[in-house]
Amino acid sequence: MTKKQKKVFWRIIVAAVLVVVVSLIPVKGAARFFLFGIPYLIIGYDILKKAALGIWHKQVFDECFLMAIATVGAFALGEYREGTAVMLFYQIGELFQSYAVGKSRKNITALMDIRPDFANLLVDGEEKEVDPDEVEVGSLILVKPGEKIPLDGIVREGRATVNTSALTGESLPREIETGDEVISGCVNMSGVLTIETTREFEESTVSKILELVENSSMKKSRSENFITRFARYYTPAVCFLALAVALLPPIVQLAMGMSPLWAKWVIRALTMLVISCPCALVISIPLSFFGGIGGASAQGILVKGSNYLEILSKTKYVLCDKTGTLTKGAFEVTAMHPADGVSEGELLETAAVCECFSNHPISRSLKAAYGKEIDQERLSDVEEIGGHGVTAKVDGIPAAVGNEKLMKKLGMTFFSTEEVGTQIHVVKDGKYLGLLMIADVVKEGAKEAVAELKRNGVKKVIMLTGDSKKAADAVATQLNVDEVRSELLPSDKVDSVEAILALKNRGECVAFVGDGMNDAPVLSRADIGIAMGAMGSDAAIEAADVVLMDDDPGKIATAMAISRKTLGIVRQNIVFSLVIKFACLGLGAIGYVNMWWAIFADVGVMVLAVLNATRALVYKRG
Amino acid sequence: MKKTYKIEVDCANCAQKMEDAAKKVAGVADATVSFMTQKMKVEFAEDVNQENVMQEVLKACKKVESDCEIFL
Repeated sequence: MTKKQKKVFWRIIVAAVLVVVVSLIPVKGAARFFLFGIPYLIIGYDILKKAALGIWHKQVFDECFLMAIATVGAFALGEYREGTAVMLFYQIGELFQSYAVGKSRKNITALMDIRPDFANLLVDGEEKEVDPDEVEVGSLILVKPGEKIPLDGIVREGRATVNTSALTGESLPREIETGDEVISGCVNMSGVLTIETTREFEESTVSKILELVENSSMKKSRSENFITRFARYYTPAVCFLALAVALLPPIVQLAMGMSPLWAKWVIRALTMLVISCPCALVISIPLSFFGGIGGASAQGILVKGSNYLEILSKTKYVLCDKTGTLTKGAFEVTAMHPADGVSEGELLETAAVCECFSNHPISRSLKAAYGKEIDQERLSDVEEIGGHGVTAKVDGIPAAVGNEKLMKKLGMTFFSTEEVGTQIHVVKDGKYLGLLMIADVVKEGAKEAVAELKRNGVKKVIMLTGDSKKAADAVATQLNVDEVRSELLPSDKVDSVEAILALKNRGECVAFVGDGMNDAPVLSRADIGIAMGAMGSDAAIEAADVVLMDDDPGKIATAMAISRKTLGIVRQNIVFSLVIKFACLGLGAIGYVNMWWAIFADVGVMVLAVLNATRALVYKRG
Repeated sequence: MKKTYKIEVDCANCAQKMEDAAKKVAGVADATVSFMTQKMKVEFAEDVNQENVMQEVLKACKKVESDCEIFL
């Protein structure tokens, strides 16, 4: 508890004990008034002061005003014990609320706390602990086991396993070694790394994420705006209603020649004031959204505002980019077709050795498939023929690796297949060795991700891609998406999104998921833009509303599930507190609810709403 | 020019009131208050003395919610 909360806590204890003691003293009249006045002032002096200040500053209708009027009114009518109790329970409720909110605030900020405190800067071989802010681009920093990587950079020396879970929600650690790029915010779990920084702290991943998260609660959802507008009219309306209950019936009764029963109607009016306190709504809704955002970020999903959480829950159309979003965006050897009498090993080895000097994506995929270190000495007389391939000598034997055109040029007989991808033919010593297929491969879990979206109420999953129709259709059938639009230019993608936007029903939303440079316009055009974070370009992340840190398309459905849970909690809280309040208000007006029920309707409802709101923080898969 | 300030406020409704009050101060182009993160983000109009404006913002906020604090 904070100092402020502790003070209130002790005031509650003292006042509660005094109320019990005073209740046991058998006095009447003025003595009883003074005796109850002591605990009342102990517990309520700040509320009275705030109410008075509020009136002074022309800010009349707030909670303090309601409470002050209700309790002072109770005292005026001789209901000393009830008046004190109302104030006491109100303070207990407030204390609980501030404690619960403080606690979840702490939990959520702890989840998001990835800020590195220092960097070990290497100056002339000596290490010096400095603020990450002070490290310039191109400096060398040392990261020891257990420390956070403070800035983005490239590993110059050392190898280590790093934990990226704070950024990506991915619990599997990653192996990195010399030459790899690392992003700030990861925790080094083993081994010492020397990193050459490539970005300043301000520009580093960790700072950008922190900024996103900190600003996320600034963008308010429609439910939140509804509540503020609601509270603005609600409190004054209730005050006037209570005034009417206090004045009208007695005046009517007086006019009809009956006894006015002032006390009875005033007590009813005061009870209504206690019930009406809007805090359950006002507090629990931002708390639910904040919890939802926190819960999502624990899963590696950054949501840039509560309004986006709201839109996510209404998403009915998901448009996806192909390369890098549903597929890995990297080429891999997908099939090998050696000629008769040739082993797969020989085919792959020849291709890999021939291409080992090059950094072309296709060469890299061949080397990756081969997997072993290649001695470059084995290669000689390399000749690259643009648009065809390579001819060279492997261990002194002439060889050629390339496409159909190269084979025709060399006058080789070759075969081909109907599979999707790039065909690489290999020739060695004048003999055709066979054919390798290289293609972009679908991400693991992409198929489940599409199915999961369908289960989450998405009507259509549409794939948009600049790739060829053949490649796009192959991926589409594999993943079971509803529609494919291929061979699109970036501007065509925007048109496609607009066509869907025009087609959808009211209240339905369209999401676009992408990663590439040219996705930024589409990301901002859709109702909600979702970017793949770790691999995606900065521009895409900037333009997106939701960022998936680990590039897993399955997280789209997770994000939607979290958003629907959060919105569900918000709705429950709105309905639950309004129903109880209005029921009690109605019953209060006709005298069926006494002061004690009124206290429950206020404090009890608020406590329940806050507890319900904290559920938003927890997300369980499945 | 945007700046973020740490604040202390006890209730969500009061945070909203502070936001409304801050928006009305001369020299403030826009303001948002987040109750959950206890932060106030102020976008200043051009060519204003930010310190003076913030003093005014603090005064305006104290008026609507006597129990609040902005750490300037």
